[in-house]
Amino acid sequence: MSTPVPAGSGGAAPPSRPALEVRDLTVHHGQLRAVTSLNLTVEAGEVFAIIGANGAGKSTLLRTIAGLHRPTSGTIWLDGTDISAAAPEERLVAGVALVPEGRRLFPSLSVEENLLVGAHRRRPGPWTIERVYQLFTWMPGRRRQLAAQLSGGEQQAVAIGRALVANPRVLLLDELSLGLAPVVVRQIYALLPELLATGMTILLVEQDVSQAIRIASRVQCLLEGRTTLAGRPADLRPEQIEAAYFGMAAAARR
Amino acid sequence: MIWIQALIQGLLLGGLYALSACGLSLLYGVMGAINLAHGDLAIIAAYLAIVVIPIFHLPGLLAFLIVVPAFLVFGYLGQRTLIQATLDRGPLTTLLVSFGVSIVLQNLLLQLFSADSHSIDIGSFVAASIQVNDEISIAYLSLGIFVVAVVVLLALQLFLSRTTTGRLIRAVADDREAAQLSGTRYRHVFGIAAALAIGTVALAGLAFGMVSSFGPTSGSTRLLFAFEAVVIGGLGSLWGTLAGGIVLGVAQAIGAAIDPSLGVLAGHVVFLVVLAVRPNGIAGARVTA
Repeated sequence: MSTPVPAGSGGAAPPSRPALEVRDLTVHHGQLRAVTSLNLTVEAGEVFAIIGANGAGKSTLLRTIAGLHRPTSGTIWLDGTDISAAAPEERLVAGVALVPEGRRLFPSLSVEENLLVGAHRRRPGPWTIERVYQLFTWMPGRRRQLAAQLSGGEQQAVAIGRALVANPRVLLLDELSLGLAPVVVRQIYALLPELLATGMTILLVEQDVSQAIRIASRVQCLLEGRTTLAGRPADLRPEQIEAAYFGMAAAARR
Repeated sequence: MIWIQALIQGLLLGGLYALSACGLSLLYGVMGAINLAHGDLAIIAAYLAIVVIPIFHLPGLLAFLIVVPAFLVFGYLGQRTLIQATLDRGPLTTLLVSFGVSIVLQNLLLQLFSADSHSIDIGSFVAASIQVNDEISIAYLSLGIFVVAVVVLLALQLFLSRTTTGRLIRAVADDREAAQLSGTRYRHVFGIAAALAIGTVALAGLAFGMVSSFGPTSGSTRLLFAFEAVVIGGLGSLWGTLAGGIVLGVAQAIGAAIDPSLGVLAGHVVFLVVLAVRPNGIAGARVTA
């Protein structure tokens, strides 16, 4: 039913705790079970990618980790602390920030105001609005412009900046590439090493498998809310991924 | 000359309407709540004034010193308990519950104060006016209320655009979930917005209680005029609300100058025309992507 998951879940806490750990998580959308008994372990400092087709439960998983959905059962651990009961606004302060699908900027606020809202309960850390302005050099010149007037790629940059200024320990990125031109997507993904260099851990969800495999240190494939494949990109064969992605997993691998 | 007088009266009346409309607009704009008890809360503020004035030996004009802070607190607590509970159950619940609250409040006032009409005693100031010429005079009270309305709207606008809390209120109004993801305790922010809304309702109720007499059921027309001002001006814009209040006030004053019984009707007609021609109000809707 569920495939083995790398790294030990539960048991005695090892000296280096995983940055984020999801144990036996089940989430329902009304009657529909979106995520089923899912385990996930993200080590500090890595880029972990969740891949899967539409409706595989990827976004639901990220939204549940961020606190927007209440799980039916299971727990979520951040640096060895159980944050399963915390409200989304408290999880941000604990160190989990989500860049939501579709950007979700505040359209009637300016670029700078969006960042100020992101920073209003920031944790101590290297990321400030100034630092975000250094990362996206076009931004200072347009700080007074309304977020609604930006292009999709620019909005995505502001959405990332708004999460960064909170100095999260774990940054959750939901479908960054959605609706953006490939060249813009490459530019945005090219920033990830710079984020990792500041000690951040990244968990991302991506429909574009080739993109995910290029940047991730580990991937986990979901199908209908269950893990069908997990491992390092280098250890996975393309047909294995294809089978896990489209749901021929059981037949293909066993 | 009679038209100029009507225009001035209407303009000043518009200030009162804008003052009573901005709370309605704020509650709807920030949390999507339509408060049908809005007018009754204004009337409660006026009743509270006639209760506290003799107790504290206050001049009528200073009743706001007690009533407005009480309503600010009441607004915050009311949001954190009743309004939030209705919001959690869907927008229709808010509408129905506030309708129920409106009925309860009207009957409570009827029990406590009888059906007699009252007014807030502000002494001779009520009749004092600037005599411009034989036909045009401007009452100090109307002028004062207009100035208060403009100052309150200006202060609200500055608060929303310049302060951290104001920015959070706008962020929550734009996208509550995204605001939560940015660490915003949205219930607290809703509470502050409700406190401001209910605080301005108190001012509007006091102003109304000074210019006019009121009874337990006066709130219904207050709500109607506030609602009309908001719709004429366009939802979500404070300056639109001021413009809407003025348009409504001028329409009523000019209607009344044609025939005293036409005043309120003229206001309703203008409201319906605006609704038909410019459903987003004269200030237009804000751009929301």
